Amino acid sequence: MNAVAAEGVWKFYGDFPALRNVELTAAPGACLALIGRNGAGKTTLLRTIAGFSRPGKGEIKIFGNSPRDAETRRLMGYIGHGISVYDELSALENLTLFGKLYGLPEPRKTALEWLERTGLERVKDGLVREFSRGMRQRLAVARAFLHGPKVLLLDEPFTALDDRAIAVLQRLLREALAEGKTIVMSTHQLREALELATHVALLNRGQVAFHGERTAAMVSDPGWVYAHYGEA
Amino acid sequence: MAYVRQVLVVMVKDLRAELRTKEAVNASLSFALVVLLLFSFAFDPSEETTREISGGLLWIVFAFAGTLLLNRSFARELGNDCLDALIAAPIPGSALFLGKALANYLLVMAVELIALPLFGVFYNVRWTSQFWQLMLVVALGTWGMTVTGTIFSALTVNIRLREVMLPILNFPILIPALLGAMQLTSALIAGKPITADNDAWLKMLIGFDVMYTAVSVFLVETVLVGG
Repeated sequence: MNAVAAEGVWKFYGDFPALRNVELTAAPGACLALIGRNGAGKTTLLRTIAGFSRPGKGEIKIFGNSPRDAETRRLMGYIGHGISVYDELSALENLTLFGKLYGLPEPRKTALEWLERTGLERVKDGLVREFSRGMRQRLAVARAFLHGPKVLLLDEPFTALDDRAIAVLQRLLREALAEGKTIVMSTHQLREALELATHVALLNRGQVAFHGERTAAMVSDPGWVYAHYGEA
Repeated sequence: MAYVRQVLVVMVKDLRAELRTKEAVNASLSFALVVLLLFSFAFDPSEETTREISGGLLWIVFAFAGTLLLNRSFARELGNDCLDALIAAPIPGSALFLGKALANYLLVMAVELIALPLFGVFYNVRWTSQFWQLMLVVALGTWGMTVTGTIFSALTVNIRLREVMLPILNFPILIPALLGAMQLTSALIAGKPITADNDAWLKMLIGFDVMYTAVSVFLVETVLVGG
């Protein structure tokens, strides 16, 4: 069974089709890099896979189930453009909150463990609004990984990260892949993404122009997919 | 039990976030006090007619001051895209809604309970003569206002003019609840208890609360992620 499957997915904004009959799969343990120009539909596809909005037509399946099922949501971790943590709460309060929402048996203990893993244990009681940008990003990474998701959905995860946050994220993503977790990430940072990716999908104007395994040619020339399958 | 815990987690989070900044509470309370003061200049507190319309004045103040708090309910989630994280969490939309509605309810009630004694002073009214019945009406009216305000706050969260849209959408729906609350409040402030003569307003208030709570709980998932 595929970890992630988009089956004939269409998504409309008014009359405009942002996604057109998208057919895409990611097997358990795969890392799928979603690439494409701005406005190609990468974020829309990731948000639809995450269950933030329903497709106009077609279906999204996460391990065979709807992404809106509570049990399915427990399996997913999402990092979007925002950090999705509260400025008015401390780092520990934020992670404990999400630990409770995900029904973790020991939310505070798990939160403390993740603060340590992301190098934020010394500022655990500091309010997020007082954090530097890099610290906020590391907290966002901790929030997404906190509940041990089997599917990670990452929307341009390396964009605007500082060096330390990139290192933390890359380490966590490698560990996740080693543990057999599935990653779907949209990105413009082809070099970082293709190093991790096992598969690549190119979106052109809401349609899948290419979907296949990552090859050595793609790693040596990150523009290879665009050159062969991209728009002129 | 898990459901109740999820509701409480959301409620505590909202209360903690609001009490750290006090942005909406301060704005709502200041607004309520200013309007009560201005109305007290406009109407002669010694006039019998002023006392007769006091319930109406009070609920107009509550409704507008409450809207300032309700506007922030889902708008607070927009900063840092926190709404995404809440929608992604494995909790029912109804638990999220009820948690937020309860937090809003406590905040709106707090503002109202501070405004009530000041209302008594500004309008020279002995509002405590039917204290517990008045508290019941305030509690029921405020829940009706909160539950519809919270669902419309979710509906308008992505609209640029949400501060304007919320009262435009919410107040027409609220008319039956406000009407009932105003009638009962005026009677109770005048010292007349709720009897068989006017308990129809109370029944309507309870019916309104039950109906809109049920509709909101049923619709909130669609409001948040679409049909």
